[in-house]
Amino acid sequence: MNHMPKLSRRTFVVGTATAGLSLGFNVPFLTSTSAQGAPEINAWVVIKPDDTVVIRIARSEMGQGTLTGLAQMVAEELECDWSKVTTEYPTPGQSVARKNPWGDFGTGGSRGIRTSHDYVRKGGAAARMMLVGAAAAEWKVPVSECSAANSVITHKPSGRTTTYGKVAAAAAQIEAPADVPLKDPKDWKLIGKSVKRLDTVDKTTGKMMYGIDVKLPGMLHATIKACPVFGGKVKSFDAAKVEKMKGVKKVVQVGSNAVAVVADSWWHAKTALDALPIVWDTGENAKVTSASISKWLKEGFDAEQAFVSNKVGDVKAGLASAAKTVVAEYAYPYQNHACMEPLNATAVYTADKCEVWAGTQHGQAAFAAALEASGLPASKVEFYKVMLGGGFGRRGRTDYVTQAVLIAKQMPGTPIKLLWSREEDMGQGTYHPVTECRLTGGLDDKGNLTSLHVRLSGQSILTALRPEALVNGMDPATFAGLAPTGEAAIGYGVPNLLVDHSMRNPHVPPGFWRGVNVNQNAIYLESFMDELAKTAGVDPLEFRRRLMAKYPKHLGVLNAVANGIGWDKPAPAGVFRGIAQHMGYGSYVAAAAEVSVDGNKVKIHRIVAATDPGYAVNPGQIERQISGSFVYGLSALFNGECTVKDGAIEQTNFDSYDSIRISQMPKVECIVMPSGGFWGGVGEPTICVAPPAVLNAITAATGKRYRSIPLKNHGLTLV
Amino acid sequence: MINLTINGKSHSVDVEPDTPLLWVIRDTIGMTGTKYGCGIAQCGSCTVHIDGAATRSCGMTVGDAAGKKITTIEGLADNGVLTKVQQAWVEHDVPQCGYCQSGMIMAVSALLKEKPKPTDADINEAITNICRCGTFQQVRLAIHAAAKA
Repeated sequence: MNHMPKLSRRTFVVGTATAGLSLGFNVPFLTSTSAQGAPEINAWVVIKPDDTVVIRIARSEMGQGTLTGLAQMVAEELECDWSKVTTEYPTPGQSVARKNPWGDFGTGGSRGIRTSHDYVRKGGAAARMMLVGAAAAEWKVPVSECSAANSVITHKPSGRTTTYGKVAAAAAQIEAPADVPLKDPKDWKLIGKSVKRLDTVDKTTGKMMYGIDVKLPGMLHATIKACPVFGGKVKSFDAAKVEKMKGVKKVVQVGSNAVAVVADSWWHAKTALDALPIVWDTGENAKVTSASISKWLKEGFDAEQAFVSNKVGDVKAGLASAAKTVVAEYAYPYQNHACMEPLNATAVYTADKCEVWAGTQHGQAAFAAALEASGLPASKVEFYKVMLGGGFGRRGRTDYVTQAVLIAKQMPGTPIKLLWSREEDMGQGTYHPVTECRLTGGLDDKGNLTSLHVRLSGQSILTALRPEALVNGMDPATFAGLAPTGEAAIGYGVPNLLVDHSMRNPHVPPGFWRGVNVNQNAIYLESFMDELAKTAGVDPLEFRRRLMAKYPKHLGVLNAVANGIGWDKPAPAGVFRGIAQHMGYGSYVAAAAEVSVDGNKVKIHRIVAATDPGYAVNPGQIERQISGSFVYGLSALFNGECTVKDGAIEQTNFDSYDSIRISQMPKVECIVMPSGGFWGGVGEPTICVAPPAVLNAITAATGKRYRSIPLKNHGLTLV
Repeated sequence: MINLTINGKSHSVDVEPDTPLLWVIRDTIGMTGTKYGCGIAQCGSCTVHIDGAATRSCGMTVGDAAGKKITTIEGLADNGVLTKVQQAWVEHDVPQCGYCQSGMIMAVSALLKEKPKPTDADINEAITNICRCGTFQQVRLAIHAAAKA
């Protein structure tokens, strides 16, 4: 049986906590080493005397390229020399002390650029105006006679020039302009250019410092084991059994549900933890299995009560009068993020100060977690962000930060680096939520789709992690890509449409997993579109196009991949095609795949993928996000599944939770087609079209429709 | 005491001989370019060269590594001059989060030593490292570029 347990400690609400921090709190501004002593023009821009430009980046870099993209946005308006740009992270403590000049640090939902483009560009523009103003004042000429380009300011009538580095100190004293006009997009020089990433060299030499690499004097190493059954607690543990083992310094309970060993090396800590007898109080959740969850979710197909997101016409009547109806049921499993760098955080605690270092997708939330765990006032806490070895949503949670501080508190004055084993990372995730879906479609006698009912059943992320975002109990995010309007709107006009959700929340904690809810919804809808087209006897592309007259941007990317793959021409012998489109994170995405199937072996020969993100800040990096999305999406399609037995996750490591390798990677032809006028994300949306494009191609090849993933459960292997 | 030769330098370490080489490199010696990803020789993040051969250091004991020539990612560049592989990585903007790239570069460097002009099939066979960001398309491009350089 399944349960709906109360929200656990890990469902800490960020918004509430950070709001509380903004009151009466004062941390002195801690200048970082890179910008130390150099004039700060404004919160975003520091210029050193040698003309080095330090651009402050609030969002976290975790591979998606946002650090470089955001720097391009500031530099575009700043008119600085791009070759002299470096970046630094402000700390969350500085943010609070300075009344949040950098806005949201949160880096998820492909939001890095699309929700901060306006104020980061204004930060660059304001700094430029101040620098030019300082030069004009020095020259005693009107500002209007001066211009700036490439970090050089020119007084046009006299031809005099100076550099940003020379006037920076004076510019820092000028009052920030109130009115900061931005360039017309047609005048952009740096935005839209495929400049190289700013963080590459250190990632090729081993110098880049990730959380796992933090070293402090006198630091000890810790590793942890939380109750494998979510919601369970520590009943007892026998520390005496391991305390004498080599290198062991201390065995500590962490919160109510975990035990950690602290040692002189991580290997000693892990060896001792593996030998430590722990008795768990697992509670009722230990009865839950994947089968019991699936049974409960399937009951949701016929539940009378469901949250309605999208309703057009009268589906019931429409289906009743349809010439043909098609019904199909799909399922999507739990999946672990499996960041390459297992979760970790380093903390040092004394009664006067708590400092924490970690890779996080949300500096402010991590800071709030450190505050709460330390029990210290905000003025005595600081959090330092370091590079993330992958995030994918998992590092938006702060459980590992809390744990590190709770361990450090039990050894005051000693820096503690907490590193989870891969096994802990696999078993203590915040998993891609589990949902199932029944789709019922009605066709008229001409093969047109006239009625569609999409009944989702399953888990809500927002209920667990952001209950304040629910709308009368409904989780709007569940409907991503199926909603009537907004950043993830459906791209089909169906005269009678109903999309509803029977919410069922098993005890396994859900999380935002790169792509999040568009992942399953695109599989459901785009697979079913092909099922309907087949019943209608219409080409799958043509079937879709008939429904898309009012959705030109969805249609635009669909047509682009159809042209790219050569849909109107026959595929090579033995090769079969599939196509899919969806919208997510404000962007329109589509993919077309060419596959062949030999027995149980699937070979993907070619992928064409298109993205319309509105504005494309760095097309080269967008292409990397698109092709990378196929690795994440195809790993999910073929291998990605976390199963539940006795209330715990069964998979432990990459041997039981595989990820595709270079030999399985298809060639991805990327079409970046920004149509302008809006800002969409790029780190996530493409993932959702990877599986349905390939699934539809597999069906074209085999005649068999696979309605649950991963495909390894159907005996299929990607080669 | 166990004697190790890493990047041409000898280190004497006081650890149990069955300790995985990875943790001696990272925690005892303090060179952190070599990464922990799985601990079961699946992902390749911890790849180093043992007498020139790409080896997953989480699956080798320090006792077995004693007396052998060990090269880590820090030992590739010579006085700050990047190797052809590293240069190709920079030229083609390969890394995303970058965490797996130390191991990827070590695996590729060993492949190119053995097969200076690898085919796609050679690459498929030799490079089995996991990258969750999904840099494989750029990795393949950069391998061929390094082979041509």
